[in-house]
Parts: sequence; structure tokens; C-alpha cells
Amino acid sequence: MNIRMIIKTIGYLLMVEAGCMLPSLVVSLINQQNDTKAFIISIIFLTVLGFIMSEIPSRNNTFYARDGFAIVSLGWILVSVFGALPYVISGAIPSYVDAFFETVSGFTTTGSSILREIEGLPKGILFWRSFTNWVGGMGVLVMMISVLPAAGANTAHIMKAESPGPDPGKLVPRIGKSSKILYLMYAGLSLIMVVLLLLGGMPLYDTLIHAFSTAGTGGFSNRNLSVGAYNNIYFEIIIGIFMFVFGVNFTLYYQSLKGNLKSAIKDEEFRFYFFTVIAAIILITWNLRGTVFSTIGESLRHSFFQVNSIITTTGFSSTNFDLWPSFSKAILVLLMFIGGSAGSTAGGLKCVRCMLLFKTVKHEVRKVIHPRSVYNITYNGKTVDDSRISGVKTYFFIYMVIFSVALLLISLDGYDMVSNFTTVTAAISNVGPGLGVAGPFGSFADYSALSKLVLSFAMLFGRLEIYPLLILFAPTFWKKVNI
Amino acid sequence: MQIIIIGDGKVGYSLAEHLSQEDHDVTIIDKNPEALRKADEALDVMCIKGNGLSTKVLLEAGVREADLLIAATSSDEMNMVCALTGRKLGAAHTIARIRDPEYAEELSILKEDLGLDLVINPEQAAAHEIARLLRFPSATDVEHFAKGRIEFIEIKATPDMPLIGIPLRDLPDKIIKNILIGVVKRGNEIIIPNGDYQIKAGDHLNIIGKPSDIFDFSKRIGKNTQKIRTVMVVGGGRIAHYLGSVLKQYDMKSKIIEIDSNRCRELAESLPDVLIINGDGTDKALLDSENLSEMDAFISLTGRDEDNLVSAVLAKKSGVKKVIAKITRIDYPSIFHDMGVDSILNPKLITTNYILKYVRGLSNAVGNPAETVYKIVDEKAEVLEFTANASTSFLNTPLKKLKLVDGVIIGAIARRNDIIIPHGDDVIKKGDKVIVVTVEKQIHDFNQVVISMRD
Repeated sequence: MNIRMIIKTIGYLLMVEAGCMLPSLVVSLINQQNDTKAFIISIIFLTVLGFIMSEIPSRNNTFYARDGFAIVSLGWILVSVFGALPYVISGAIPSYVDAFFETVSGFTTTGSSILREIEGLPKGILFWRSFTNWVGGMGVLVMMISVLPAAGANTAHIMKAESPGPDPGKLVPRIGKSSKILYLMYAGLSLIMVVLLLLGGMPLYDTLIHAFSTAGTGGFSNRNLSVGAYNNIYFEIIIGIFMFVFGVNFTLYYQSLKGNLKSAIKDEEFRFYFFTVIAAIILITWNLRGTVFSTIGESLRHSFFQVNSIITTTGFSSTNFDLWPSFSKAILVLLMFIGGSAGSTAGGLKCVRCMLLFKTVKHEVRKVIHPRSVYNITYNGKTVDDSRISGVKTYFFIYMVIFSVALLLISLDGYDMVSNFTTVTAAISNVGPGLGVAGPFGSFADYSALSKLVLSFAMLFGRLEIYPLLILFAPTFWKKVNI
Repeated sequence: MQIIIIGDGKVGYSLAEHLSQEDHDVTIIDKNPEALRKADEALDVMCIKGNGLSTKVLLEAGVREADLLIAATSSDEMNMVCALTGRKLGAAHTIARIRDPEYAEELSILKEDLGLDLVINPEQAAAHEIARLLRFPSATDVEHFAKGRIEFIEIKATPDMPLIGIPLRDLPDKIIKNILIGVVKRGNEIIIPNGDYQIKAGDHLNIIGKPSDIFDFSKRIGKNTQKIRTVMVVGGGRIAHYLGSVLKQYDMKSKIIEIDSNRCRELAESLPDVLIINGDGTDKALLDSENLSEMDAFISLTGRDEDNLVSAVLAKKSGVKKVIAKITRIDYPSIFHDMGVDSILNPKLITTNYILKYVRGLSNAVGNPAETVYKIVDEKAEVLEFTANASTSFLNTPLKKLKLVDGVIIGAIARRNDIIIPHGDDVIKKGDKVIVVTVEKQIHDFNQVVISMRD
């Protein structure tokens, strides 16, 4: 393992994080709410530390897949550790464990919060909270790659380890250019959303907060009641549509921009995602009508918003869905597991994996009926290698293992099963709110410090898709010569 | 430039490696996922699994915007159709590797009808390379620049040379007249020698100059420059086929030893002037009975690197003056030099260099890029040819006032009919062809050679 190179790269990463704090510093300077000092201290600290780390002389500049994984996992942990500084220094979140939880929740675009009272906090701090959603959505390291001038072939390992989905690819041959295009599309879509919300009369500060959280599919709001606080159908429709938009594979947008709209619409994963959303909306509307809401229109409004919010793992709420009937809640919990598309900012298992798992089942059934049949699993008209299929199966298993371990540890706190189950699901799928104690209008504040750390790691496992973090626990990984 | 390479074999990979290092956007298409995985992990390129003949795959690779499509799969027909399809779909330029001698003869028709901009025949190129080496037997490597007016050769220093142990600046002018010792390889070290440098036996000297001056220099340092008249070739593959006819033009007599009797018959038919022998080229008794020791040159061209090496070492031990071995797979020619093999021939490298040269020509439009590039001494150093034009920032400035980048020297200047080995007072004028030698540096533009002007 090339430890010097890992330290050097993480040094650059910390400097990029310092750069990410600058907009929040500006916001705090404008509002003068005594959080300015916290940002200045954090920025100086990160810049100095990052600079020292990046100046470490390295003998050779090559690194391999495992170094890339190490950079991603250690980088994410350190970025979260230091990203918590503004909260603690400013006194917004006095306990460090709470601040760490909040930062991890931000960067992993989970949107779970330990805060009960959001509206009283300084605006700079809330801006930073949502901005972590935005940066974490597309990836901190992808941002670093797009900013660094010399992104070589090596950095492909980093991008692969950080990008969600079973088979992340590049948009264009050059990795540096790919990451720039991704961030440009991301920023462009966020900007369109800001403009649309402004047109509806939302204050500029609120639009930025909500655009950042929607783009990253994080779900941090600056209102205690989330989007429901505005009680405005226009906002709900715009945010709902954009949550859906950010749950789509960004490669498809690139294809559409290049004039290949047809093949983007024909994409199997996109269709799966689209029809899952439609089906869930119809079922929940049908279930809510007449019971929770009196009119079909009202049911449709909230089921549309909530389905998009949950499947893209954003976690905004327009109403308290914890009060909905069990059938609707069950659908929402299932959507938490499915998640958005690969290559989007959403979390969860990802549509493509679920789809491949269904196809495998079909394949197995066929094998029973025709034992000697030869059958290829295809995806978008191309045969999927057996190694990828078994990768997806293993991923599903390990997802469930991490889920179970986290569930066991959380259960020590003694809350009810539904709360624990959905809390862990919400964390590992990066959704945010669960049901019960940690429901849309609840908070994670009451969980113990251990549970908060467990949930933080569950969020990191979910965002980095397990393997980068898992290898940190493999003893051979740390050895210089590993056999 | 946007470049699509079809076929991720030895040549495809090596091209992708060099082209992506030179800031081109490279997309590789291949059917074999294993080959692609290697490229995907080691290079900053995009890999697409699929058949390069398929329109869908080509479109996915962005053929419409592609400036260049290189078809380098193992099949000639495939390459031709790929290039044709690519051209029809909008690739601006196409290069195809076509190696079958049968096609080689119809090349001009094919080139026109398929819209090919360049056809590379690796075996034919290798045969010409061998012929060049044989014409200059004392050199282990020979390259031509400025349309053959400047030559670049590599010579191994032996203890009997009169320049051993003397600092270069004290060498008598009559020995080192009009030539420049550009790069020296000592062991694994690549050195650009200065005035204090003393040559030791075993050094590989890379010398730049006019062909006639280099010839005189070799004579003065006692390297025999006797002409090669008889050549023995082991392995009757395609290179041997081309070589047979090329050698005839240079008045050298050759015999080819080939193990497969059917192939022998084919060769006998196509090369009536060459002696074809059916037998095993690693068999010492056979080689001796074909009086190996009397041969001026020995070339091993079989498909197996190991066999080539064994035959070559055998030939060297028998006292053949010039021994050349074809090595395809292994990338460390220095090992073989240590074993006594004079020159190593790597068809992959020859093909790559040939195509790179063309690509650099294409991207010529902006700035002042290199027109010709040769990789020398195990690819660690490069010889580049530039033409000084209006965008050159240091025209008409005496060279002693220029501060060059470390590891870069200006080797020679070709001005109309003169070849100048530059000294401090010489200047570069517009229109000059300038040969630059760089060690472990990437220079793409002539203006990168100079850091600043000294007053």
C-alpha cells in the first residue's frame, strides 16, 4: 500500500473541504450570527493540516485499486470528523458525537438529524448542513478530482470506489473531464431548481437550502416541519419532481444532452425506477383516500411527494407519514430498500441491483423447469457477466448483514421494533427519517452515543456501498506485503 | 483529439498508453473483457466491450465526433471493415493495420476505396527496419530524421575504441568531427553527457549527425563498417517474406530456415532468389552445416521469443558479427543486450512509433508540435523532430543564451542542405528542422524546450 500517496491525496481532499466551507462563511458574514468565528477557525485548520499532508514527499505516485479504496474510506471518515468542527465550535451542537452524526448524515445525504429545534440555529451553520448534502451527493472525491489539475489514470480507482452503483463508468475517456461534466450537470440542474423555487416566491436562502438538499437527495431543511412547513403545492411539486430527477442515473442526462434522448428513455433501469414510482404513488393514494385525507387530490399530493422523497432517499416530508395506515408505511419502507438509480445521488440498494436480482430469480426458476437450458441475463440488450451477477448477490447479502448487526446494536437502547428497524433502514439506505421515534417529525437525539456512532457508520456503509469501508476491517489490508 | 482504437492487443494497448499520455481522449473497443480490464485499470481511457464492426458500439464510442479511428485487431478483414464503417459514420481519419502480403500488393486500391488515411503493415515495417540495421552493422539502432538527412545511431563502446577514458571536451577534433554524442546509456542509467564525461567500455552511445559523418566517425573509432553480404534468417513468417525481397534490393544474399515444410514451399514460390531450408532453427548441427559462422548477419524471427533468443545467442557465440532477434512480449531489451544480442526488434514498438508519428502530424495545426518522435534506449529517451516556425519563441537567438529544460538537448539542425551540429553561437532560424533529444521528459511543443532566455 502506498501510504504516503494516500496521506497526500487526503491532504488535498481536506483542502477541498476547506474550500467547501467558504460559501457558508460568506452566508455567516452576511447574517452576523456569531458563527463566523467557527468557520474561520475550521477553514484555517483544514487548510493548514491539508497543506502539511499534501506536502509529504512520495517516492512513487502510482496507486492501485486498494489504495483508491483506502483513500475513499479514510477520506470520508476524516472529512466527516473535521466537517463537524463548525457545529461544535459555534456551539450549535455542543456534543461532538452529535455533531459527527449530523456531519456524516449530511455528507452521506441521509438527512437524519439529532436536532429538535432547527429554526433557531445560525443561518451559516444551516447552510453548511445543507451544503454537505450537496457535496456528498455527487461525491467529495469526485469534486477533488474535478478540481485537481492532474487527474491521472490512477484516480479512476477513487472515482469507482466513491460512485454509487455496481459498475460505475466514465462519461468521456478522461477521468478529470468526466468528473467536471458530472459536476456541471449537477450544478446546472440545481440552478434550474433554485430559479423555479424563486419564481414560486420562496425566499432565496430557503431555496438554496432546499435545492442543495434535494440535489444531494439528503433532505436537510431549515424548517422544523420540513417542506410541509410551507404548505404550498407548487413547492411540493417542484421539489418532488426534482427529487425524482436527481434519482436518475446522470449518464442518461449526458446521453440526452448529446442528442440521444431515445436510448436514455429506453434504459431499463430508468423504466424500472419510473414505473416503481408510479405504482407506489397509485397504491398509496388509493390507501390514503378517505382515511387520512378526505379528497383524492390531497392523497395524491402527499403520496406523490412522499414516494419521490423516500425512493430517492431524500427524506423530506410534506406531512407526518408516520400517521399513515400500515399498508402505505410498508410500501415506503420497501421503497427505502430499493433506492434510486445507480450513478445518481440517491442511496439504497439501487434499482439496477433489484432488477438484476429479479432477473436472477427468473433465471433460477427457468433452470428448474429446463435444467439444461442456457440462458443469459441481459441488461439493456447486453449480456451481464456471471461475475457481476454474483457481485450483486453478494452485495445484497452483505447489505443485510450490516443491516442486522446495526439493528442488534441499536436494539440495546430499548425502543420498539418498528422504530429500530426503520431507523437502521433509513440510515443504511441514506433516507433520513424512519418511523416511530425517529419518524419525520421525530429526532435521533434520544438514541445513545453508541447508537449514534453505529448509525453514523451504517450511513457511511450505505453511501460508499460497503466495500471501501469493509476492507478497513480486513487484517491483510493493513499489511505492507499481503498474501 | 478524440481517438478510437479498435482492438486492445499489444499494439492497441501500447498506442492507447502513449496517446493518452499525450493528452488525447482515447476510447478502446474490444470483445475481450480481460484485455479491457487491464487497460481500464492502468490507463486514463474509456473502454467499451463490444464488436468494433457494430454500428451501435461505434456510435457509443462517439465515432461521429472522432478525429481518428485506428483499427488494430488481429484480423485484416475486420480492420478494413471497421475503418470503412468508421469512415461512413463520420470519423475524420482512419488507420488500419493490414498485414497479409496478398493484400499488401493491392494496398493502393484498398486505401483509396476504403478511405484509409494510413495503412500500417507491421511486418513490412519491421523488414525495412532490419534492412536499415544491416546497412549500418556497427549500430544497434538506426533512425532517420529530416527525410534521411540526419541519422541517429546507437553504438556500443568497446575497450579498443580510441575515445575510452578521455573527457569529451579533450577529445581530438578530428575524431569527433561534426557529430554529437547525445545520450549515453550506462547500465540502467541514461545520461546526457557534458564535457567532463568519460566514456567507458560497455556504454551505449547515441550519436547524431549526417550519415556520411557518422560513417566516418565509426571508421575512425575502429568500428568496422564492412558491408554485410550474407544473411541467415531463422523463421519464415511474414517478416521473413518481406525481408527476402527487401534484402535483394540491397544486394545481400539471404537464406531462410523454416520448420514447416508447407510454409517453405510457399516461400520458395514467392521468393525465388532466396535459399529456403526446411529445418529447426535452434538445431546447432543444422546451423553449423549451413555454415553459420561464415555469415555476416543472423536474424531470428520465429514466433517464440525464447527460440529467437537461443538461436541469437548461439549465432553470436559462433562469431556472427551482426545478430538481431525479434522479441515481442518482453519489454526489457537491456537483458538481451547483455547476452550479446546486437539489436532487438519489436514489431509492436515499430508499429506504435509509426502510428504515433502520423497522429502527431495530424495534431500539427496548433502551436509547434513534434513531427517525428522516436523512442530510444528502452523507451526512456525520445528523439523529436521539430520545424521552427513563426510561433517559435526563440528564433535567431544564439543557443548559449537559451536556458534549456533539464534533460533536453538540441542535437542537430537541418537548414536547407546543411546539417549543423549546434554550438553556443548557432541560432535557430525559421524553417529549420531541429532534432531534440529528451530523457524521461514529455515535450510536445517546441517552445517547451526552452525555459527562459539568458542575457
